[in-house]
Parts: sequence; structure tokens; C-alpha cells
Amino acid sequence: MTLTDPAPVTTHIAPGEPLLSVRDLRVWFELRRFGLGVAGYVRAVDDVSFDLYEGEAIAIVGESGCGKSSLMRTILGLNRPREGRIIFDGRDISRFTREELRWYRTRVGYVQQDPYGALPPFMTVRSILEEPLIVAGVKNRQARIERIRKAMQEVKMTPVDDFLGKFPHQLSGGQQQRIVIARAILLEPRLLVADEPVSMLDASVRVEILTLLRQLQQDHRLSVIYITHDLSTVRYFSERIFVMYAGKIVEKGPVDEILERPKHPYTWALLAATPEPDPRNAHMFREVPPGEPPSLITPPPGCRFHPRCAKIIQGVCEVKVPPEKEVTPNHLVQCWLYDPDVSPDPPDM
Amino acid sequence: MMKNEHVLHVEDLYLYFVTKKGIVQAVDGVSFSLPRNSATVILGESGCGKSSLARAILRLLPRNVHTYTGKIALDGQNVMALDEDTFRDQIRWVRISMVPQAAMNALNPVLRVGDQVAEPAMVHLGVTKEEGWEMARRMFRYVGVPEGFLNRYPFELSGGMRQRVAIAMALVTSPSLIILDEPTSALDVLTQANIMNTLKRIKQETGTSYILITHDIATSSDLAEYVAVMYAGQIVEMNNAANFFSQPLHPYSQKLMASVPRLHGKQTLEFIPGRPPSLLSPPSGCRFASRCPLRFDKCDQDPPTFHLNGSIVKCWLYEHEGTLTTPASETIQPEE
Ligand SMILES: Nc1ncnc2c1ncn2[C@@H]1O[C@H](COP(=O)(O)OP(=O)(O)O)[C@@H](O)[C@H]1O
Ligand SMILES: Nc1ncnc2c1ncn2[C@@H]1O[C@H](COP(=O)(O)OP(=O)(O)O)[C@@H](O)[C@H]1O
Ligand code: SF4
Ligand SMILES: [Mg+2]
Ligand SMILES: [Mg+2]
Repeated sequence: MTLTDPAPVTTHIAPGEPLLSVRDLRVWFELRRFGLGVAGYVRAVDDVSFDLYEGEAIAIVGESGCGKSSLMRTILGLNRPREGRIIFDGRDISRFTREELRWYRTRVGYVQQDPYGALPPFMTVRSILEEPLIVAGVKNRQARIERIRKAMQEVKMTPVDDFLGKFPHQLSGGQQQRIVIARAILLEPRLLVADEPVSMLDASVRVEILTLLRQLQQDHRLSVIYITHDLSTVRYFSERIFVMYAGKIVEKGPVDEILERPKHPYTWALLAATPEPDPRNAHMFREVPPGEPPSLITPPPGCRFHPRCAKIIQGVCEVKVPPEKEVTPNHLVQCWLYDPDVSPDPPDM
Repeated sequence: MMKNEHVLHVEDLYLYFVTKKGIVQAVDGVSFSLPRNSATVILGESGCGKSSLARAILRLLPRNVHTYTGKIALDGQNVMALDEDTFRDQIRWVRISMVPQAAMNALNPVLRVGDQVAEPAMVHLGVTKEEGWEMARRMFRYVGVPEGFLNRYPFELSGGMRQRVAIAMALVTSPSLIILDEPTSALDVLTQANIMNTLKRIKQETGTSYILITHDIATSSDLAEYVAVMYAGQIVEMNNAANFFSQPLHPYSQKLMASVPRLHGKQTLEFIPGRPPSLLSPPSGCRFASRCPLRFDKCDQDPPTFHLNGSIVKCWLYEHEGTLTTPASETIQPEE
């Protein structure tokens, strides 16, 4: 088997069906207090649904603590959902047998935020990359080496022989992240989850790594979930943006729609706070909503953004959870401003 | 310009370190002047010597210093001439303070944050504990931390709040210059915007000056009036913000600007292949030459610093347009 072989498992999805479907997903963490049993829940993901298609890259954008990693770890099968379903390739991952779960792990690659933390410090690059192949049952040593070489060439760690014997601490941050990416694509996954893959890196290296990820995505028609708190990078990397706030996806849409015609007041706030290099910036103050994101143990009732929202509709927003409305095709928003019964005249940013 | 119109004047500053592998030329002949009540950004990839320059200015030197020479004038006073005791009593934290890289994670976990902000005032200004706490209260109002948080411990605060506390610590002695080393790199965009707003307001209200060290060019424009670009231990361009963000001079600056992700527009995102050179034995010609798309024969020689229209650029492309002057007169013109 080589990297270019098709995956050895028949695909279960009909044309036009998503590769991944997340439905009504809730991921709650139990809060235990001494002697009290369960004292409450951290509602890290609370009623999230979306579809991801073959070869599509989406970006999930939101501030730290809003539940992005919890959502991803659940998709990867590392957290158990409290409610809801995750359908991959036509099959519910919660019903997987051990054998199927092993297969699933080869279909989904994972790039973590902190490359150094993701790489075992006492293993060489070669053994780091060999391990998943051994686990996946690639018995022939020569075949393993071939695949490692190929993956390292794909992430542009060349000449390969210069790096095989190195330990993670002997590599720069950008090189470490390339190894993490090589490991993630080694088993030819269909889906790649990249959780803040560049936030720990120097600005100049960020672009290099994002360019590489985009190229891999296009070369292999990978589906990618790119998680970030930086809206300025998503345009170069994804087709759709999902904006996440306090455990919910509050706005979804094509990149141009979200960047040029954002609807949710939280998305407005994110955009207004994201600088472009302009000398006029030094002479003005940015508008920032007051306060900080809420506790996910006792989230605010109604719309979770209402305590910080300048557009709040009193008597509605703090009472009822806003439904999801499609404002233009494929552009969905959870905000009362776009419910014609409540707000006949929706605003513009 | 008279010297004391400058809050800081640095001339031929060198800071070298001894390591097992050789001498690291971290700050290698840096000269610049900063106008009073100004904000200057120092940009550059990691390893270019930005933090070392900050340490050299504050004389916060590690044990393995090999060379530390040059001239540093603060409000017209040559502070390089002061002995260590005098520098500690009169300059460091009193007239120049710093928010170090990752400061929000470096707060003392077992001390209430109010005590940590009061401490520099008590130690360096000799105020009583009560006065110190009163000053800390005032600083909290300045930086936008609720006064009720004075009694809290660092772990009880969010990252953004801890970073504000670190800024309050640097501010409490009313210094004329504050060096901020990557103050918002680890923070979310709303928190970052909030802190940049706060820094701007403090600058307007107190008349202090900033040196902001960062690799994040877009965010730096929220504060920058002047921009200095550092490459391999040297300043390769110094410019006012209006010129820099529209038409950077040095090829390195141009490449850096082309690597900034933007929300709008169609331009493609570029990166600069390769890494800055080792500071153990930097190249003898232009240090950027190996990565420079515009290099030509002359670039094998070390370019001098050329002056043109009030900007400074260390690149042979400006040999004919620019003029050579002595570092002593190096100063940049404010934007119109
Ligand atoms: N294993 C866990 N147990 C308890 N709480 C958790 C766990 N993992 C995450 N959380 C909490 O869930 C919330 C969302 O965290 P996370 O998913 O890491 O957000 P993000 O990735 O957007 O920063 C946070 O309040 C976090 O503290
Ligand atoms: N105390 C030290 N001893 C030896 N080398 C050092 C020391 N501090 C910094 N350096 C080296 O000096 C160079 C510049 O580092 P630094 O000033 O931290 O750069 P920057 O802040 O631009 O990332 C780097 O090569 C770094 O490894
Ligand atoms: S639902 Fe209401 S509170 Fe929430 S974002 Fe929309 S307007 Fe603001
Ligand atoms: Mg996370
Ligand atoms: Mg530094």
C-alpha cells in the first residue's frame, strides 16, 4: 500500500451526501464536588448541527473557551456526547465496534494546537511517524519507511534523511508542526481536523503552514475542519465559516457572506476587533462589546450573547433561545434580529 | 531636533552573549531615537533580537553577557554611564518599565494581584503599603480591571485580566517609557482589541511612550506611530507608520507586509522562505541577501544605513536616493 492507493474501505456515502453530519450535539462535562456527586455541568457544546462535504474546508471561529476543542474531540471519538449524533461516511460513530473505531481513526487525522506538546519528546521523527503505521497493521518495514518518506516530502521536510533521526526539540516550531501534519496524513485520512494549527507559531511561519495545509487539502481532496480564533486567516483556507460562541454555532455561511455581509452581532464584534495593517488604526478606538464570554456552567438564558449585545430586543433575547434562520441561501444565523415576527426590519452591520 | 525632545536615544548599542557554540550577536549596532509620548513598534521574526534589545535598554542582562556597549540616553540623560545601583534606584521600573513576554503567566500565584501592583511603587518610589494599594486601585481603573479584583489571586482572573494586571504593574511608577514585549500574542481578538484601546488611552492621558515588540503586524498598527524592523540583530528600517504600512522600504519589510492575512481584498498571501541567519556568525554582506528577491552584486557587502525623507533603511537599493549621515543625527520625521 502506498500513499496514493485508494482507501481500502468502501465508501458508504451517496453522491451529494455529506462526509460528516453532526446532529443536535451536546457535550457536557460533569462538575464533581467533594461528597456531592455531580454538582453541575460545563455545557461546552450545546445543540450543534452541521454538515461537511467531501473535499470541503470549513473554519470554526470563536474565542478560547467557547467549546471548539470539545466539539472536535467529540468528532474524533475522544469525548462522549451527552446527546446527538455524529455520522461519518453514512455511519453513526457511537455504534462503532472496536474494529470500526480503529478504521475510523485512520480516516480522520488530527493536528493539534501545540506541536511540541503533540510530539513525544524522546522519540525520533522516524519512530513518531512509524508508530501509527504499525498500529494500522503495516507489517513490512520497507513499506513503512516508504510511506514515511512520502509523507515527509508532502510536508516539505526535505531532504528527508536530515530529519528522520532528529528529536522534536531539535526542530523549529514550524518544522514540529510539519511533523504533526505528516503524522496526521500518513494513513490517508478523508477528514483532517486542525485545531488552531498555527496559533503558537510566529506570524511568518503561520502563513507557510497554512499554505501547506491548503495545498494538501486540495491535492488529496481532503475535508478539513480548521479551528481558529483569528478571522483574518480563514479566507485563505476555507469555503465556509462557522462562528461559535459559548457552546453554540451562532452563524454559518460561505466565507464571503460572513466576511462581507455578517449578520450576528457577535460576528460583527469579531470583525470589528480584527485589525488590518492600516496606519489610521492608531488614531481610533475599536468598538468592543462589554464583558467577557459567559460561564458555560450557568450560561445566560435566551441568546447567550444577550448580556453583551448592543442590539438586544428586550423581552425576547434574554428569554427565548433564538431559532436558526436562513437569511440568504446557505447563510444561517441564530439571532432574534432575523426573525420577521420579532424584528420586521433586520439591521446591517 | 534637541535631544531632550526624545524620550529615548540609542546609539551603537551592542549586546552579545557567550554560548557553548560561540558568541551570539543578538543586538548588533542598533541606533534610533524615539520622540516623547510616541509609540514605536519593533517588528521582526523570532530570533531577530527584539527581546534582547528590550533587555539591553532596561539593562536586564543574563550572566553570559559577552559585550554590552553603546549609548542610551533617557530624556537626554546618558544612563549608560550610571552604575548598577543608581540605574536600579533611578531608572529601571522607575522611568523605564517593561511588560515582559508572557507576563500574564508570570504573576506570582500566591500573592493577591493588588499586592503585586502595589509592590513596584513601594520598592521603587518608597511609598507605604496603604499608598501603594491606593495607587494600585487607580491603576486598575486605568487598565480596566474591576477594583474588586484587587484582592483576587492570579488564577481567579481570565488571561485578558491577568495581562491588564501586568500592564498595571508596569504603569504604577508613572514611567516615561514602557516596553511591551508581545503583550497580546496569546490573547483572543476581542481581548486584544480591548487592551490596545487601553494602551492608547493611557498614552493620551499620561504622556508615556511605548516600545511595542511584536511579530503581529496587523495588531501593531493599532498602536504604531513609528515602526522599526529588526533583522538578524540589526534595525533594517525605521519609518513612520503612515509610510511603513503603505510603502515599506526594505525588501524584508515588504515581504513581511505581504505575509499579513487580511479580512478583505483579493491579494494572495505570501511567506518568506527560509529562516533568519544564525547570530553566531551572521553573513558579512547584507544579512537578508539569501532570502531577498531583489538582491544584486553589491549586496555581498554590508549596506550602510541610508536616510531618505526622514526614514532610515539599511539596503543597497537606496544608495542613490538616500544620504549617509552619522547615527547621532538619526531621527525620523513624524507623519504629517
Ligand atoms: N475534560 C473536560 N472537563 C471539564 N471541562 C472541560 C473539559 N474540556 C473542556 N472543558 C471546558 O469546556 C469549555 C470549552 O473548552 P474548549 O472546548 O477547550 O474550548 P476552546 O477550544 O474553544 O478554547 C471550557 O470551559 C473548558 O474549561
Ligand atoms: N541569554 C542568552 N544567551 C544566549 N543566547 C541568547 C540569550 N538570549 C537570547 N539569545 C539568542 O539571541 C537571539 C535573539 O533572541 P531574542 O532577543 O529573544 O529574539 P526575539 O525576541 O526577536 O525572538 C536568539 O538567537 C536567541 O537564541
Ligand atoms: S439574539 Fe438578540 S442578544 Fe442575541 S445577538 Fe441577536 S440581537 Fe443580540
Ligand atoms: Mg481549544
Ligand atoms: Mg522575543
